[in-house]
Amino acid sequence: MSGCDIKENMELVYQRPNSLTANDTHYCPGCTHGTAHRLLAEVLDELNIREKTIGVAPVGCAVLAYNYFNVDIAEAAHGRAPAMATGIKRIRPDNVVFTYQGDGDLAAIGTAEIVQAACRGELISTIFVNNAIYGMTGGQMAPTTLPGQVTRSCPSGRNVQDTGYPVRMSEMLATLPGAAYISRQQVLDVKGIRKTKKAIKLAFETQLAGLGFSMVEVVTTCPTNWHMTPHQAIEWANDKMLPYFEPGDKKVSDEVAALIKRK
Amino acid sequence: MAKGMIVIDEDRCKGCTLCVPVCPPKILEIVEGRFNAKGYPPVEVTDMEQCTGCAVCAMICPDVVFTVYRQKPQPKKAA
Amino acid sequence: MTKELLKGNEAIAEAAIRAGVEAFYGYPITPQTEVLEHFSKRMPEEGRVFLQAESEIASINMVYGAACTGARTMTSSSSPGISLMQEGLSYIACSEVPAVVVNIMRGGPGLGNVQPSQSDYFQAVKTTGHGDFRMIVLAPANVQESIDCMVLAFDLAEKYRTIVMVVADGAIGQMMEPAELPPMRPLRSPDERPAWALTGANGRKNNIITSLYLGAENLERVNDRLQAKLSVIKKEEVRYHEYETEDADLLLVAFGTMGRTCQSVVNTARAQGIRVGLLRPITLWPFPEQRIAQLSEQVRGVLVVEMNAGQMVEDVRLAVEGRSPVSFYGRTGGIVPLPDDIYPELQKLDKETAVPPAKN
Repeated sequence: MSGCDIKENMELVYQRPNSLTANDTHYCPGCTHGTAHRLLAEVLDELNIREKTIGVAPVGCAVLAYNYFNVDIAEAAHGRAPAMATGIKRIRPDNVVFTYQGDGDLAAIGTAEIVQAACRGELISTIFVNNAIYGMTGGQMAPTTLPGQVTRSCPSGRNVQDTGYPVRMSEMLATLPGAAYISRQQVLDVKGIRKTKKAIKLAFETQLAGLGFSMVEVVTTCPTNWHMTPHQAIEWANDKMLPYFEPGDKKVSDEVAALIKRK
Repeated sequence: MAKGMIVIDEDRCKGCTLCVPVCPPKILEIVEGRFNAKGYPPVEVTDMEQCTGCAVCAMICPDVVFTVYRQKPQPKKAA
Repeated sequence: MTKELLKGNEAIAEAAIRAGVEAFYGYPITPQTEVLEHFSKRMPEEGRVFLQAESEIASINMVYGAACTGARTMTSSSSPGISLMQEGLSYIACSEVPAVVVNIMRGGPGLGNVQPSQSDYFQAVKTTGHGDFRMIVLAPANVQESIDCMVLAFDLAEKYRTIVMVVADGAIGQMMEPAELPPMRPLRSPDERPAWALTGANGRKNNIITSLYLGAENLERVNDRLQAKLSVIKKEEVRYHEYETEDADLLLVAFGTMGRTCQSVVNTARAQGIRVGLLRPITLWPFPEQRIAQLSEQVRGVLVVEMNAGQMVEDVRLAVEGRSPVSFYGRTGGIVPLPDDIYPELQKLDKETAVPPAKN
């Protein structure tokens, strides 16, 4: 470890959250999965709910999330995390249950499961990591891939005549009465990271208060499969993704608004 | 005296460089030619005296490389 | 306890409730929908969990989630729905969490029809889902046996941390018969859960439940463990029913409703002087191969009767190992053979395998 000796009049301002294990992650350099994980872990620590939280990991780059979150956790089949989470929460309503899913897991194969969980107002919280591509399998088109974006399964760029337009899951799920809090945020800069953490915290507070389904969609980067450096990737996400996937609260139910007021 | 201090867990660093431009006093640097246990060039502090303990590096880092300390608020001197 | 007139599907659901099922997740599909409907009424009455899921895929994954918490959980479906569940079954089996699944079999393949069949034998016993694993498969032949199998299913599932599937054809699901339900088991408290269960890492290291084992040596170790478990189950949990086999020189092998029908065929045949017996497997897996092997040395012919194009007959042939000829009679499409359909086939076997009289 580099750095000077800790001076006597210094206090600890930041360290690895308890809800994150000490394991090194397998994520690529500059992949913002790590940031999203960290924010979720910070929230579990701050709300002091680590010991009653049960997580459900996806299939995707975050398939090994069960090695990184220091909570009881299960690995779901592709897309099925919201169904597993439902099964868990219904039989153990006093536990806090979350799913952590990527764009293939949630917006392609798992569309039915996430829509129905939101529709039923399941008291679970979902972190939806949107990086406009399928990372784990090497960079194929995702439902969130942008028009004209080149991927390994649309090498000439996404043709919307053929494959339709990218899906805005947050806006879609926000139309459901069962969804109490839906927000899209980004972890591309420090300001965005702060807002993402606030949104994740509110999502879990929504669950704790029993107000309905909560989800935070997080716009993230995939330097490796976008064939960019981490900095170029952040720039591309800012320039190209945010105009289409606009950050902001998409659904704040009256009860959640009242909760915010009371804070 | 510095207002802040960071401790870098060098072997966690993947040399992604996201921290370098966001550090307000610009005291983070990836030194070429040196590698950590993972084989990445890790980040280093160039001048710890300039550190303000703002923890922006810890916020941007995807790999929890940074532990951050800050000087405790000093009591105001009596007039 | 007194006998009541019970419909198969409802008896299956009620038996599960008496056995202490804590959560049911399912989807409507004929001919088992009454199972779902009975649960929808009774589970809230008992303060337990019921949810109609959006599909069979969601159902099995909800069961998987609840099973990870160590809860007693089940789902029910029929042939095409079970096909949808195969992914989930494979994950559950590898994760070694206990679960019970009911298949009220209907005509297939494809959308098929809603009449009774036994054409999911291969699906249940051989091809449940991808990978090397087997479920314990119980095949009741009437409403009472369905009740008994449901109670047994939960006990076996928890004993071995495995999946137990109860397969009954649509006829059993739909018929009404007098049967006795067991008394209500006291429900466990939510704190009474196995050490491996996901309940919240309160004051202990966190539990991880996964079916992902990157690295061939890791996954081989897991498979070795699963196979060792299956070996124990094969040794300890074979169940079957024999009827008139002691002096038999012909053997009928049939399961479920066909087993029941063949019992009538045995009676008719015996009255006509044909010494036939019946072996009715109750566990389709583990299969009563040893007993069938023994009986095949005693008899001069075996007739297997199924409501399919010939599935269990392959396992019978494997067990008989050529010691005596094995014939097959089956109907598909949801047709339920009557004793009068089966008896001529037995007569044919009797004639074909007759020992010629000794020459003087």
